[in-house]
Amino acid sequence: MDLLLPQLFAGLSLGSVLLLAALGLALTFGQMGVINMAHGEFMMAGAYTAFVTQALVGNAGVSLLVALPAGFLVGGVLGLILEATLIRRMYHRPLDTLLVTWGVALLLQQVARDVFGAPNVDVSVPTWLTGAVSIGGLALPKTRLFILAIAIVCVLALAVVLRSTSLGRRIRAVVQNRDLAEASGISSRATDRTTFFIGSGLAGIAGVAVTLLGSTGPNLGMSYIVDAFLVVVVGGIGHIKGTVIAAAALGLMQAFFEFSTTASIAKVLVFVVIIAFLQVRPQGLLVTRTRSLA
Amino acid sequence: MSDATGEEIDLASAEALLGTDTDRFRHDYLEIRGLRVAFGGFVAVRDVDLTVTQGDLHFLIGPNGAGKTTLIDAVTGLVSATGSARFGGTELLGRGTHRIAREGVGRTFQTASVFEELTVLQNLDIAAGARRGPMALLRRRRDTPEAVEQALEMTGLASHRHTAAGVLAHGQKQWLEIGMLLVQDAHLLLLDEPVAGMTHAEREETGELLRRIGSQRVVVVVEHDMEFLRSFADSVTVMHQGQVLAEGTVAEVQQDPAVVEVYLGDPAAEGKQ
Amino acid sequence: MIRTLTTGRTGPLILLAIAAILLFAVAPIALSPFRLSLLARFLCVAMVAVGIGLAWGRGGLLTLGQGLYFGLGAYVMAMHLKLADAGPGGVPDFMTLYGTGEVPWWWEPMRSPVVTLVLIVLVPATLAAALGWAIFTRRVRGAYFAILSQALAAAFAILLIGQQQTTGGTNGLNGFRAFFGYDLTDPVNQRMLFFIAAGVLLVMVVIARQLMVSRFGELLVAVRDAEDRVRFLGYDPAAVKTIVYVLAAVMAAVGGALFVPIVGIISPTDIGVVPSIGFLIGVAIGGRATLLGPVLGSIAVSWAETSVAEQFPSAWTYFQGALFLGVIAFLPGGLASIVRRRRAAPVTEPEPDPRPEGRTL
Repeated sequence: MDLLLPQLFAGLSLGSVLLLAALGLALTFGQMGVINMAHGEFMMAGAYTAFVTQALVGNAGVSLLVALPAGFLVGGVLGLILEATLIRRMYHRPLDTLLVTWGVALLLQQVARDVFGAPNVDVSVPTWLTGAVSIGGLALPKTRLFILAIAIVCVLALAVVLRSTSLGRRIRAVVQNRDLAEASGISSRATDRTTFFIGSGLAGIAGVAVTLLGSTGPNLGMSYIVDAFLVVVVGGIGHIKGTVIAAAALGLMQAFFEFSTTASIAKVLVFVVIIAFLQVRPQGLLVTRTRSLA
Repeated sequence: MSDATGEEIDLASAEALLGTDTDRFRHDYLEIRGLRVAFGGFVAVRDVDLTVTQGDLHFLIGPNGAGKTTLIDAVTGLVSATGSARFGGTELLGRGTHRIAREGVGRTFQTASVFEELTVLQNLDIAAGARRGPMALLRRRRDTPEAVEQALEMTGLASHRHTAAGVLAHGQKQWLEIGMLLVQDAHLLLLDEPVAGMTHAEREETGELLRRIGSQRVVVVVEHDMEFLRSFADSVTVMHQGQVLAEGTVAEVQQDPAVVEVYLGDPAAEGKQ
Repeated sequence: MIRTLTTGRTGPLILLAIAAILLFAVAPIALSPFRLSLLARFLCVAMVAVGIGLAWGRGGLLTLGQGLYFGLGAYVMAMHLKLADAGPGGVPDFMTLYGTGEVPWWWEPMRSPVVTLVLIVLVPATLAAALGWAIFTRRVRGAYFAILSQALAAAFAILLIGQQQTTGGTNGLNGFRAFFGYDLTDPVNQRMLFFIAAGVLLVMVVIARQLMVSRFGELLVAVRDAEDRVRFLGYDPAAVKTIVYVLAAVMAAVGGALFVPIVGIISPTDIGVVPSIGFLIGVAIGGRATLLGPVLGSIAVSWAETSVAEQFPSAWTYFQGALFLGVIAFLPGGLASIVRRRRAAPVTEPEPDPRPEGRTL
């Protein structure tokens, strides 16, 4: 039991980071079918937003609270620009979108390198997040708990938006039947733009959050993008709930495998499990049953 | 290219392609018993019994959502189903789609689906080749197989053999699909709205061709066009809400009060077709 | 002109002869030993591109993880070279430096040159066949396949980095002295390596061409465009896809194996997510569905990378990013589609094809 709890917490903590990285993708890839490889770079932009905010504000505590909405805006605006200039021309070519956004990712990385320099930069953790909370003899770092909280808040907010607002209804209508939605007077262009803004904004928030865990560099996005896509694939397209379960499951698996092997072997083992899992459920955890060919 | 006049079905070539050896089809029949397809909680097809024998051009009709296409999907392995669907004594349910095809079951789709970027000749050649060995596949095609040549003549597409199938006129694509079924040597042909979007003349030609094929093989046609049905159907099954409503000749079915009520007699329903 | 050369009977022979003269007679005279060995490296990368052209251009399989197979071929070769340098029963230098000083059991087969050559083909072929079959029979395709293949390359690179004592970690394997007994510092042997790479690449192009004009090639395009329709004709698309995936994997592995003695180092940075996608850009520029497009495009991109990076190190990333963006978004058929459009202009085409891929250059 004493050995189990730390692993459980490490897994959930890792899962919450994965979830933050994947949540925006669940919207843009899961709901819209756009494979945005620059999603990781939107995270990176969020992380640098935290860095810049701190340089401007000074106080680490205040700057974190400012950086979270600012990161959302920066990520969202970048997403809007990408959608308006490139992606909207390519909705019928999903695989090509993948490669085009990869090009965008490379450009953004190099911009970051030229503006902020190749070496990593650090964002200070506010004093109210240093140290750990002790629960039942177990020391839980406050930063990890804070990220877990951000992830939960983001999921709940997204669920509320999708379920209860008119925007959410429009998004779901366009996802389910683009032509019919347009015929009923829903502007699918406006809905696409809004969806992409929110999805990319969530990447920005994720970027701000991960500055609490480590330093920020131009390659930050690259280290998250593959895992984030795997989370969405395992969770099942178009299901936020599936994404949440998948992120927790992959995080826990990684933590428990790591406990008995090494981090790198654990990573490979998790991947083997994913392949095996897709043998059983090729469309992920949650599937929308349809009679269509696709 | 899109000008389809002058190209028409050549029934003499159809005779050559179909051949005179009807013995090998003699014992073919499709037998569906208690077929049920459910999507989640929604039952799309329930308790369907259907028998179609060789020499009987059988039509499947019903309002939209009656389960006609789903029935064909189930028989060809596209959706999973319970019950039984046997062809030539072989149980089809539970098999992979390509294995069902190798049992001699062929189908077309509501929207003509040919390989758009391949030529007419290549389309037919692929349809003819599912039983080719690896060595034959790895070689270049030196000459046109006889059946492919006959199918080219039959569909009136011989002069378009090197045309990309994607630029054919709509009716030509549908003929090409039927040609592909014949070179594939399908013993059971399941045709989903084969004359949709065709001109009156094209419908007549297609009907004659189907009549000829139906006299030899087992053919099931899903169709909305009532005039086409009256002209060519030997027998009809009417489906409604996933179930069989009536069965018989065109005349019998037209007299059936239940059919008249839900389908033929309801002008609103017919207006939707 | 180009169309007749690649689809006719004698045309391909003429093209092959021209390529052979260029590679075997002109290049050794015209290029300095340094440039020649650079070109040899480009040819190895081009081998990966031939496979990607088949799998992606013809088969529609967007394989973002060819670094995995490139790396498998490269590491098998590199392990053999390290063991051969160490002598019979010897231990590679880095193992005594970082590790236990003992050779792990899975290195032992690579002591034999013959076994090494077999394994360079067998290991990636077996892995690709197993993975491909598992993935394709369950109808995992499109973006799902692309993401999985990318994750494969990422996992492999992470695995290599984590096993410093037995794989050299981030440093990779390097410092090879000899190649099957031939001194690697001797310019004559370096030139021989170039000839081997050139010969192997030509053989691969011939294989790719035979596949494209064969019935299998037509079937492959059919599977790419309408997988379900193919299934209803009695074929198993999973088998077709697995075959082409395995072929692409073997081509990448052979390219990786030759890369090692030519470049002198293989490390995880050559095979991870970034280089794996990097293999694609040359293929896209040249024309993904054409025969020669991937090869020429890949060599051109490698050459551009070297020249740009020599003068403006940071400019290359911008350049590469812009290439991905520009070519894929605005010229999906690659440069080959421009050549074709200009040639086809006088002939009346029935209607403009929105997707130019799928025809032979």
